[in-house]
Amino acid sequence: MSAILPPADRLWWKQPIDKIEWTWIMLAFTWAMIMFVMMIYWHINGKQNLSTETYKSTREMWTAKAEKFIAENTVRTETDQQIPVVKVAPGGDAYLTASLWKWWPILELEKGQTYKVHLYSMDYNHGFSLQPTNINIQVVPGYEHVVKMTPTQAGTFAIVCNEFCGIGHHSMLGRIYVK
Amino acid sequence: MATTYRNCPRTGLQFDTEAEKLMRWNAVVGVVFLLIGGIMALFVILTRWPSVKLLPADQFYLVLTAHGVDMLLVWIIFFEMAVLYFASSTLLRCRLATPKWAWVQFWLMIVGAVMGNYAVLSGESSVMFTSYAPMQASPFFYLGLILFAVGALIGCFVFLGTLVVAKAEKTYEGSIPLVTFGALTACIIAIFTIASGAVILIPTLLWSVGIIKEIDPLMYRVVWWGMGHSSQQINVSAHVAIWYAIAAIAFGAKPLSEKVSRFAYFLYILFLQLACAHHLLSDPGLGSEWKVLNTSYFMYFAVMASMIHGFTVPGAIEAAQRKRGYNNGLFEWLRKAPWGNPAFSGMFISLVSFGFLGGISGVVLGTEQLNMLMHNTFYVPGHFHATVVSGTTLAFMALTYFLVPVLFKRELILPKMCALQPYVFGISMGVLSLVMMGAGTLGVSRRHWDMAFSGAPFQYEWPGAAYLMMGLTGIFGVIAVVGGAMFCLLIVGSLLFGKKLDEGKVTTERTPFPPNTVAANVSSTGSAEHVAVPGTMVLAMLLLVSFVLYYFVNWKYLSEVWGLS
Repeated sequence: MSAILPPADRLWWKQPIDKIEWTWIMLAFTWAMIMFVMMIYWHINGKQNLSTETYKSTREMWTAKAEKFIAENTVRTETDQQIPVVKVAPGGDAYLTASLWKWWPILELEKGQTYKVHLYSMDYNHGFSLQPTNINIQVVPGYEHVVKMTPTQAGTFAIVCNEFCGIGHHSMLGRIYVK
Repeated sequence: MATTYRNCPRTGLQFDTEAEKLMRWNAVVGVVFLLIGGIMALFVILTRWPSVKLLPADQFYLVLTAHGVDMLLVWIIFFEMAVLYFASSTLLRCRLATPKWAWVQFWLMIVGAVMGNYAVLSGESSVMFTSYAPMQASPFFYLGLILFAVGALIGCFVFLGTLVVAKAEKTYEGSIPLVTFGALTACIIAIFTIASGAVILIPTLLWSVGIIKEIDPLMYRVVWWGMGHSSQQINVSAHVAIWYAIAAIAFGAKPLSEKVSRFAYFLYILFLQLACAHHLLSDPGLGSEWKVLNTSYFMYFAVMASMIHGFTVPGAIEAAQRKRGYNNGLFEWLRKAPWGNPAFSGMFISLVSFGFLGGISGVVLGTEQLNMLMHNTFYVPGHFHATVVSGTTLAFMALTYFLVPVLFKRELILPKMCALQPYVFGISMGVLSLVMMGAGTLGVSRRHWDMAFSGAPFQYEWPGAAYLMMGLTGIFGVIAVVGGAMFCLLIVGSLLFGKKLDEGKVTTERTPFPPNTVAANVSSTGSAEHVAVPGTMVLAMLLLVSFVLYYFVNWKYLSEVWGLS
């Protein structure tokens, strides 16, 4: 019953460590270092790193930019709600608004091109969950997050909201077309 | 009022009468909230099961909030208070410091828990356990959590005070036992946790009553997770201490090396809380260097510590069993372990599930770039059901089987069912975590009422495999709830109807540690009498290989998604 009793040897810290334990400790340490270096390596050589470009913003400042973007680039509207489908110039900026309970507008991108997608929430926290690709980014109100994205497949993609944002959360579904 | 002590005739442990009463009540209230949380779990699981979909959206989010609060905070922290009092006053054979303050702990936590539950169940606070501002709950929600936390803080100080009393009154010689050291680690982390909670919840309470105008949503997330994630680190330290305790009680196992195990705990104190960053890896506004350094617990030193515990706990059991003569082959020591004793089987399933399922998935989930594949998906609750439920809750259940005769002086009723319960609960919870993580890997969101997106302007059809995973989640979730219900039934039944056992002698005199007992002798540690533990090494290598493979498989997945920079 020793783990529940005071160590009988008062100088327990002077006792040598067995070889098999040292082996395991060194294996664990090596693996820890590999995992640590892996994240840094990916920052240098990986193609999927989340941008840290962020600006504090207000609803007014954001709305002005987002509305200008939609007004200048809308190619058509879709569904009963007349959601604008906005074609983004390759290399250009796209403004995607999350609010209760919609993603606005629909973006139209081209495969292989890089876009600066600005994410902003008007009210609560929302979650940008691109499916079926499965990329997930938190959208925090008050912070404009500029994420550079390069679509690698063509098709229709869904943006699911995956941060709980109230009773209509499940109906918050957006769309991105990639040609 | 004189302190009295009871010597348990079955274990030789000594209980301060007042401390014993506190342990009993904290554990009982914990189990009551486990029951409430379990009922909520059933509703949650029956709603997320796509072909059942029991509750409407508003009720679903309500019960999900209650499930989170009651399980992650209330049940676990009540039980941890009992563990703290046990690890201090019982294991050090001394009186409990300031028992009256300990009762303040108990009542404040009850008031807080009841108030929080009231706020949630009345429908005003369906904000999830995380309650991200600017989504607002009723002031009673925040106030309840604050009172609960203040209660827990008092409990931590009673624990620390008891360590001081024991030292001052010289009730033991040398260093505190390893299990008490683990409880001390949990207590230190708890104080950090509660401090973070105070820093964020007090302003949030003031905001909810209109005194403060705004809470910055990002600041809220950063500080809130200082509480939210750290509270789960208390559990890790506590349940590892319980693993060591049960290994010691069931086998007379001694740590392979006091130095190594204590050093691993010390790494927890230094680095474990940095993992709060795990929840912020896909957030805007935080730098990559900050994310990398924190999410890796400063270069994965806390992961290393867990890997050390994961080795030394089974290693201690193997050494003890081999000394008893179970020396054949690699695994006779394990085959001949008391698998019918729920305290052991629960502890061992907890150890394996925590390492293989919870530990590996947690590190993958907490890798900066890989997090984007899983952030806020069903993978996240899959992961923490493997850690907090299979790991912590099952370890607490295992300890409870030991405590019923010792602390409550009752025999366990229905011993066959007791022997079965850890398997029903542990295995179903393990499979549940796996299929939840499977669904998350396919993108399914957590905290989401409807996979069919009813009312949305367009449709998105999840892959068929995602529906399969969610169906399996439903089935194994229900089995896990049955396993939990078995536990509540067995424990409450034993406390009410179990055969009364001899309570032993009650005296006003403290009995010191007996010199030269068997117990005192086997506790001599070190390598001189070391037994080789090849079986444990094989198990540990199996863990490492699974870890490495799964880790790199996820990098492969990541390399296939859209380019992000």
